[in-house]
Amino acid sequence: MKNTMGGRGWPTAILFLLPSAVGLLVFSLLPIVASFGLSLTTWDGLVTLSWEGLLSSWVGLGNYSEVLGGEEFWKVLGNTVYFIVLYVPMILGAALAVSLLLNARRRGASFYRVLYYIPVLTSWVAGALIWKWILSPQYGLLNLLLGLVGITGPGWLSDTAWAMPGIVLTSLWKDVGFFSLIVLGGLANISPTYYEAADLDGASTSQKFFRVTLPLLTPVLFLVMVITLINSFQLFPQIMVMTTIDGMPPGQPQGATQVMVERIYTYAFKYYKMGLATAWSWLLFVIIFGFTWAQLRIQSRWVNYDA
Amino acid sequence: MKGNLFKMLMTALVVLSLSGVAGAQTISYFNFSGSGDTAVTLNAMKAAFEKANPTIKVNIESVAYADYFTQLQTRAAAGTLPDAFELNYDNFVSYAKRNLLLELGPLFADTKFDTKVLAPKAAAAFTYNGKTYGLPESFSTVLLFYNKDLFDKAKVAYPTESWTWKDMDAAAVKIRALDKNTYGLFQPIQFWEFYKVVRQNGGSLMSADGKRFTVSSAANIATLQVMVDRYNKTNVIPTTAQMGGMGDWDLFKSGRLGMIVTGIWAFGDFIRDNTFDWDVQVEPGNTAKATHFFANGLVINKATKNAKAALAWAQFMASSKEAANLRLDAAWELPAISSTEIVAKYNSATPPANRAAVFKSLDYLVTPPVVDQSQEMTDILGNELSAAKDGKKTPQQALQDAQKALDAKIKL
Repeated sequence: MKNTMGGRGWPTAILFLLPSAVGLLVFSLLPIVASFGLSLTTWDGLVTLSWEGLLSSWVGLGNYSEVLGGEEFWKVLGNTVYFIVLYVPMILGAALAVSLLLNARRRGASFYRVLYYIPVLTSWVAGALIWKWILSPQYGLLNLLLGLVGITGPGWLSDTAWAMPGIVLTSLWKDVGFFSLIVLGGLANISPTYYEAADLDGASTSQKFFRVTLPLLTPVLFLVMVITLINSFQLFPQIMVMTTIDGMPPGQPQGATQVMVERIYTYAFKYYKMGLATAWSWLLFVIIFGFTWAQLRIQSRWVNYDA
Repeated sequence: MKGNLFKMLMTALVVLSLSGVAGAQTISYFNFSGSGDTAVTLNAMKAAFEKANPTIKVNIESVAYADYFTQLQTRAAAGTLPDAFELNYDNFVSYAKRNLLLELGPLFADTKFDTKVLAPKAAAAFTYNGKTYGLPESFSTVLLFYNKDLFDKAKVAYPTESWTWKDMDAAAVKIRALDKNTYGLFQPIQFWEFYKVVRQNGGSLMSADGKRFTVSSAANIATLQVMVDRYNKTNVIPTTAQMGGMGDWDLFKSGRLGMIVTGIWAFGDFIRDNTFDWDVQVEPGNTAKATHFFANGLVINKATKNAKAALAWAQFMASSKEAANLRLDAAWELPAISSTEIVAKYNSATPPANRAAVFKSLDYLVTPPVVDQSQEMTDILGNELSAAKDGKKTPQQALQDAQKALDAKIKL
């Protein structure tokens, strides 16, 4: 498109950009920069900020060494990794399976598309409360169903080993609609000519899936993987609603479901340790950034943009 | 049309400015206890106060407990704390220590306020380093609630004030034997119970001078063992799995629980929902009696420009007969005033029949350790207690780990 404004349009353009730019600057960029400054202090988040106060509570990289040197960070990171190892492959598989089902031109397909999408629209709090009941060891739906096939279900949210898988199940239910819709978009983008060619060559259904569909879906699957990984590190609402027992803070039982964002919230707003909380936040940022960068680096090995 | 709008705006402006001229002072009051059902009563208190003090208007802002302290913290950090606000006992020290609260003692002479009208233990809860920074508006004690029908069925005598753990455990075992889904007792293993229960057994979480933790003492380990055994050995208390996500109050209300240790804020619920005969008693002890309470107080922002008006409101909420009566009528905790008239009025209502226990348990009151990192301390100990409860650690291991973590993380 030809630039019809020449150089003179800039003031007008800036004027139009200003409302959103100011918001971005004041409510996003500034706090991001400020939070790094705060992470170098022991500010409690309670007394009003002042230069003198900040300088007197200056600890340099002390908060970072406290977090990285303690057991808690690694335990919490371990919990997050446990979640990711279970969740990411399962959501990829589930999203792919559901989208393949929805992609079939059967009667009522659009009804099912809506059905799978409903959890996405449900508020996390409502959904998590329902799942708290489903996962209830004695009166819950899941253990009742397991009981019908002769399996004694675990104490989902009350057992340290099973609490995180319980959270994973809830997250799968909530997210599968969203990601299958993205994959469905990817399926629609695959040109039918590939399948026609495959048919002519006498390819079987599974060959078509593994040799045509899957390779051409890799860009979409890559996107889904990046998003789910970032989301996984930011796991929070389901933890907040589902993992409180006996008046204890979220992350129960015995810290088995403590994750990064929950720790950040607790340190900032429960323990009055804003400085430490911001250090956790920056470490979380570094981790997410690192993983995303690594994914971008290795994508050329398996992602195929030929579709 | 345009002219009319202008006139209307001008009239509104004049009215607004005139009401300012009349000299009414507006104070802001931020609180959590008046959110929800209790809002009606709080508004009635405000109306009574404004009637008695025509020059002061109170602007009430109530936020649910779950969000309250996050919002309050944000306001403190922004330097926009309201004139008066509510604090509970566990957050009080954090604010007092940071010099965010107005010291009230020196102002009492001016207003001729005598702290003797307040229940002494409740008043003491809002002092820091010997200075008064808040006035208690309400408190709740924790009692032993029991289902009389189940006691009758199990042929056990009702609890008395002289009961000890032994009596309680014996009764619990007999009630537990009634049916596989009936339990004898509910008492959660968490910080707020534990700090009191160790005192019932001659232990303590802290040294007398408050300078070091004594969490892993032999007496405390023995106490935790007794508490854990009630879950896992005698199973008079249902385990988390047996509770299956059901609330402890709901279990009591369903008629399948003999005794429950909980606060008097359960009265309203139990009066409404219990379909059986029930009553309350002072909690039994072992070697000593110990009970605990929760108190809410009104504090004043140190930077307020309306200190006098805010103090008048705090005094009204803490000590006036009007506020106390409204509180009693609404069964909204207890007013923290030492008035025989109020006590008599409170005791005359039933159920439960033995309301006198509510006040008697004040005689055995113990208070939690006072530290700045109150929430963090609570969580550290709570995590270890729950590990012991779930059998992941022995009581000894759990308390030794708690001691180590507390020594490392909590500054005394």
